Amino acid sequence: MNKYYIGIDIGSISTKAVIMDEDKNIIVSEYLWTEGSPIEATKKIISSLKKKLDEKNITPKIYGIGTTGSARNLVGNVVGANIIKNEITAHAIGTLSRYKDVRTILEIGGQDSKIIIINNGIVVDYAMNTLCAAGTGAFLSSQAKRLGVRIEDMGDIALSSKNPSKIAARCTVFAESDLVHKAQIGHKKEDLISGLCASVVKNYLNNLSRGKRIEDRVVFQGGVSKNKGVVKAFEKELNTRVYVDENSHLMGALGIAILSKKANKEDKELNFDFDIKDIEFKTLGVECNGCSNNCEIVYVYKNGKVIDKIGGRCERSNMLESKTS
Amino acid sequence: MKKYVVSFPHIGNYYIPIYNLLTKLIDKNTTTILIPEKISKNTIDIGARISPEFICIPFKYNMGNYIDALDRGANVLIQAGGGCRYGYYAEIQEQILKDMGYDFKYITLQDPGGIDVASVYKKFKDINPKLKFANFVNYFLFAMKMINILDKFETYIREHIVFEKNKGELESLHNDFLEELKHVNSYRKLYEIRNRYFRILKKVNYREDDKKYIKIGIVGELYTSMEPFSSLFLEKELANMGCFSKRYTTVTYLLFEKGKAQNKLLRRAKEYVSFPLGADGLESVSHTLELIENGYDGIIHIKPFGCTPEINAMPILQKISRDKNIPIIYFTFDSQTSETGIKTRLEAFYDMLVMRKENYEGSDIYE
Repeated sequence: MNKYYIGIDIGSISTKAVIMDEDKNIIVSEYLWTEGSPIEATKKIISSLKKKLDEKNITPKIYGIGTTGSARNLVGNVVGANIIKNEITAHAIGTLSRYKDVRTILEIGGQDSKIIIINNGIVVDYAMNTLCAAGTGAFLSSQAKRLGVRIEDMGDIALSSKNPSKIAARCTVFAESDLVHKAQIGHKKEDLISGLCASVVKNYLNNLSRGKRIEDRVVFQGGVSKNKGVVKAFEKELNTRVYVDENSHLMGALGIAILSKKANKEDKELNFDFDIKDIEFKTLGVECNGCSNNCEIVYVYKNGKVIDKIGGRCERSNMLESKTS
Repeated sequence: MKKYVVSFPHIGNYYIPIYNLLTKLIDKNTTTILIPEKISKNTIDIGARISPEFICIPFKYNMGNYIDALDRGANVLIQAGGGCRYGYYAEIQEQILKDMGYDFKYITLQDPGGIDVASVYKKFKDINPKLKFANFVNYFLFAMKMINILDKFETYIREHIVFEKNKGELESLHNDFLEELKHVNSYRKLYEIRNRYFRILKKVNYREDDKKYIKIGIVGELYTSMEPFSSLFLEKELANMGCFSKRYTTVTYLLFEKGKAQNKLLRRAKEYVSFPLGADGLESVSHTLELIENGYDGIIHIKPFGCTPEINAMPILQKISRDKNIPIIYFTFDSQTSETGIKTRLEAFYDMLVMRKENYEGSDIYE
């Protein structure tokens, strides 16, 4: 009997999920938009995984469920995860399962970007963008809209450029006004897009890799890694080959699936219901007025019963429960 | 209606010794003291609204406290000062508040050029003509002693909380201690409380298993180090994760040890810096080196957005991190109050340190 593990990575923009077997092979995977409602996205992604499994005639026994990404706590409670972990750890573990000799992981997602430095298979340093979302997927997608191209096509258009425009890299506001000016004085669209890709890369390197040594092998992942223009700009800037896995967008989900396997120490089958779409989940945000902090506390209800509470700094918030249910 | 209502901004639990000191300095017939609301989201909302956009975050917290106090009737405000932008907080804050139409007296403990005891005395004598110089000095010394004991107590708590067996025991002891400290009036009582509480502290049940705890050192700017709200309760979060943390910065350190320590700090950091970096920049570098020598697993550097002395220290810290192969994570705090981002990064930092530790000790964590 084969054992299977589910990993779900619920990001701000997209939700990714994989089911892997004991040997860390991805059996089925799915990728869809979160659209601001992580619980709905999770229901959708799980029924889609189930459909794909049915097509392969697999009735899985689930031995681990892990969640990662910014909605990991909420969704972790909804699906009854046996491990909930941050995306940095998950990404590192996922990538290491594919590239044992990776030294540097570059990651650019929809809202954040990170760099992970690995030495002998161990995360030794990392950085994540802090105050500013410059140089992330959100910026690229808004500029694609401005230029009237589909985000999926940006990479190919950028590669066709022979004479990339110089676009300021410090800040998206500067980059955007630079882009507008250059467009108005007649720069070609492909040159502008190529320049944009280069500016994302420069911004990333300025913000995140300060003081860190980028060494081979370099793996690039996250949604933006699908943009060939950015990959090329990275290779040019770093002067080294940058590897992009065909499943580069799934590394977080794969990593958390691997961790869920590790977390199931007793190796017991988990009680997981694929028909999660029929279960009613509700969340209720309450402001605890116990003190002037006014913590916002979110209660998660499963079929009308509280299964968890998220948020709240002190014990006082536990007492609210009776009021809400 | 009293003639004067004195108030001051918050930082950590230091409002207790400050309150205690002020009750002695004033004339109770004409003056009362008002403690602003504890710092909360509300404080920063108000403070940010009326502060210059690019000023560092302690300024905004101070302003939130002042407005709260002024709206509740305060008419005498107190401000300290320091060796960075903090040195001109007082002038700007006074100007902004007066422009808003508030009418108040402003007492600065530090004037351009440093602390001058006689001039501070004169300022307090203005609101209490009966105040004698000798008494003034004595009250100050008493307050310093109290701060010293408060710091010792809180340091002990910080360094033991991860070992406590019954969760919450130390926190409730801490609250009781603060409550008693509020009403102390003599050295005798002060020492009695100190001795009693330290006896209780030593009797608390601590874990003595041989589990290896991750040790993290916290260095950086003073306000974000000492006011837990401003660092989004970073230390509490670390303790919850089961992680030992240490910091050097306390008021005791800044007032009594910092001056004497300069040469020692420079000597320890001589490979990296040859002169002080302003405010606590040199401390950040030198303490980081000391923590690494003492076997700490990782360092957290914290600062408010735009804090120049700490920005000076950062490239040096990055070099130390490379040279010594010790991870350092940098947090910048501003008026955002969402803890999610901090939690994610802290958790990842902690995971990373655990993995490094396990790996150096030879176990394979990926299988």
